[in-house]
Amino acid sequence: MSEIISSVVAHYNYWIYIALMMIGLYAVIGKKNLIKKIIGVNIFQTAIILFYVSIGAKKGATIPIIHHGPGGGHHETTASVIEASQYMNPLPHVLMLTAIVVAVATLGVALALAIKVYNQYGTLEEDEILSRIRVR
Amino acid sequence: MLWQLDLVILTLVVATAIGAVAIKDLLGSAILFGAYSFMMCLLWAIMGAVDVAFTEASVGAGVSTVFFVAAVFRTTRRTKD
Repeated sequence: MSEIISSVVAHYNYWIYIALMMIGLYAVIGKKNLIKKIIGVNIFQTAIILFYVSIGAKKGATIPIIHHGPGGGHHETTASVIEASQYMNPLPHVLMLTAIVVAVATLGVALALAIKVYNQYGTLEEDEILSRIRVR
Repeated sequence: MLWQLDLVILTLVVATAIGAVAIKDLLGSAILFGAYSFMMCLLWAIMGAVDVAFTEASVGAGVSTVFFVAAVFRTTRRTKD
């Protein structure tokens, strides 16, 4: 039992990411307003991006910009060895940069569709929209 | 990465996410979503992903909040849940 508790406490950040994902999933499934659903989709996306970025983080490492690298000017140590353990892994950062931009594009399309639905039916609530579809 | 600062900002992220989902006003929900994006940006700056952090601060918090506010003003602020 104490091993389970210690492993939960040691990986507290992963549990909080899962909690954020579940908040987003609840907003998509449980809320009836279309704007609330779109906010839920965005919270889910940012939670997944946060999980991927946290994989690239290391203890005792700095940001992935090479210190005293070749071509850096007045340093003669151009052939120095670069220790990879001193820098964080930049590959998840670059991948998630693309994901953020795609998230904003999907947000724009979703909000445009929500505005069209509002102009058609006069409401943003899902149950009222469904009842008006059934009446026609 | 200081774990105390990490934990405080993670708590703020979860609090703003719950607030953005639970509040009964769509404009307040949009503004709280902007606050959520800024807290997420701080979290990434702490983790060392500075490029992701400033992209999130400009695109996620800035442009997304403007889109939400524009959509709310074109439709309605009222919501049932």
